[in-house]
Amino acid sequence: MGVAQRAFKPNVLRGVVLYATLTVIATCALFPILWAMSGSLKTAGEVTMPTLFPAHPQWSNYRDVFAVMPFWRMFFNSVLYAGCVSIGQVFFCSLAGYAFARLRFRGRDTLFVLYLGTLMVPLTVTVIPQFILMRVAGLTDTPWAMIVPGLFGSAFGTYLMRQFFRTLPDELEEAAILDGCSPWQIYWRILLPHAKPAVMVLAVLTWVNVWNDFLWPLLMIQRSSIATLTLGLVRMQGEYTARWPVLMAASILILLPLLLVYAVAQRAFIRGIAVTGLGG
Amino acid sequence: MASVTFEQATRRYSSADRPAVDRLDLSVGDGEFVVLVGPSGCGKTTSLRMIAGLETVDSGRILIGTRDVTDADPKDRDVAMVFQNYALYPHMSVAQNMGFALKIAGIAKSEIRERVSDAAGLLDLEPYLDRKPKDLSGGQRQRVAMGRAIVRRPQVFLMDEPLSNLDAKLRVQTRNQIAGLQRRLGITTVYVTHDQVEAMTMGDRVAVLRDGVLQQCAVPRELYRSPVNMFVAEFIGSPAMNLVTLPVVDHSVALGDWSIPVPREITDTTAGLVIGIRPEHLDVGGTGVEMQIDMVEELGADAYLYGRIAGSDNTFGQPIVARAGGQDPPPRGSRVRLHPQPGHLHFFDLDGHRLL
Repeated sequence: MGVAQRAFKPNVLRGVVLYATLTVIATCALFPILWAMSGSLKTAGEVTMPTLFPAHPQWSNYRDVFAVMPFWRMFFNSVLYAGCVSIGQVFFCSLAGYAFARLRFRGRDTLFVLYLGTLMVPLTVTVIPQFILMRVAGLTDTPWAMIVPGLFGSAFGTYLMRQFFRTLPDELEEAAILDGCSPWQIYWRILLPHAKPAVMVLAVLTWVNVWNDFLWPLLMIQRSSIATLTLGLVRMQGEYTARWPVLMAASILILLPLLLVYAVAQRAFIRGIAVTGLGG
Repeated sequence: MASVTFEQATRRYSSADRPAVDRLDLSVGDGEFVVLVGPSGCGKTTSLRMIAGLETVDSGRILIGTRDVTDADPKDRDVAMVFQNYALYPHMSVAQNMGFALKIAGIAKSEIRERVSDAAGLLDLEPYLDRKPKDLSGGQRQRVAMGRAIVRRPQVFLMDEPLSNLDAKLRVQTRNQIAGLQRRLGITTVYVTHDQVEAMTMGDRVAVLRDGVLQQCAVPRELYRSPVNMFVAEFIGSPAMNLVTLPVVDHSVALGDWSIPVPREITDTTAGLVIGIRPEHLDVGGTGVEMQIDMVEELGADAYLYGRIAGSDNTFGQPIVARAGGQDPPPRGSRVRLHPQPGHLHFFDLDGHRLL
């Protein structure tokens, strides 16, 4: 009994400390969202007041979002761009990751390090050359400008997939070789079905990245009909005025699909973070 | 079915200072079951992978039947391999795992079903055909791996320590199943293990490797009775053969107060030699050299006595192992006399080569 009590007490204490710490961190992370949610239900006069709960929740702010911006059109555009880029990233990064992890060719590791080195170049350095490329190609102010640059993979995605493919046992690939598979069949039929956690991580991260991207759409897109939600959000603000509660309501609506994507992919996402070594 | 032949086959890794497999000459007959055995790093798995085409052959040749497959792609060699960890595809069912190679080869679905069903019947896998590998026990996974090889009806089976992940009881049971199945199917099989008991009980012939070099390839009884060198003598048999280095004096060697006559053709060429005798060839009790028992290992039917024998100065130094009956073995700390059974002594020169 005494031994059991001694073993029990530190576990309970550790649990309390752990949960208290996690609660504080989660509150800090969630507070801006809660504040936006609160603001989205306030009146224009109430929005600047430091109260979390509105006196009279203004659900009409959400209705007004659809009146002041072509929400569904922009929602469709954002889904289209994020979906296409995510699919492209998953396909090309997994192919490149497979090649860097599994195929043997001269200069493989050097090429990989060079490719990885592009991660060190900030977006601000490449944004103007990319803009010029798009203009020369005649793609500015078209949906292609949002899809093409990210479609063919990225150093980060390739690194992520390579790390995952390296964790799979060699025997799996060798068994497939003896079963008569070509490199493409090994990738497509054997290794990719195992890469679901890594694919989920890459897809979710890419989706969030494209969904939240503001700078690139701002540079590329002029027409409202092909604009993204983030552009729509900015265009809701006038030069001198802004309807903050409606803006907050729009922010919450834009956030919901991301929460949905994460909720659906959560388990695979966390597993992927663990197996690809991305976690701290 | 076909024979498998290594002709001076060599595999070198750039990071190693000696070849992993060094000029291997070995022929496996049509329908024969040959076991490659040796300690870790001896080159047995590399040799197997060279047959499969998973390792390149740096020099020499490998033939399957009369066909030189040295540079052939693995898929063109018509071999099937059972891996140590089975390498089953986790996302496929048992039936899909077994039929995958046939599917890739473009064989009709009806034939795949028939062949998978036949193999499943042979291996008692019918109730598990729709399960995923993660839902199977170790023994069942091992049988699926066998089934995957069988459905292909290859010319050669290659097995890389397929029993090493099973518990002791299941290992014995599966060992007999594999040997029986191989004899029934008559498919040429090369089997790799580090377990000499597995090698001796399963193989038609056993090839012992050390540091990439083939030491001896023979039927199990010959390996046991006439090892060509001290390495094979020590490796085959459990506990290992007792080996004692002794000086030759007057055409004999002396182990304690036990004088062993040595044939003149040996004593004329060397001033010292190594005497080998297996624990089961030492009679305990009666007359002979005295042994101080340090430890007794009781196995039920037998008991192994670990101790030291008395030297010429009456001190106990030379370690020795002897087998005694399991009924009433002498206790630890006691002294017994050992007497070698006639005709079971092995003579090796100081370099370890067999002399007679």
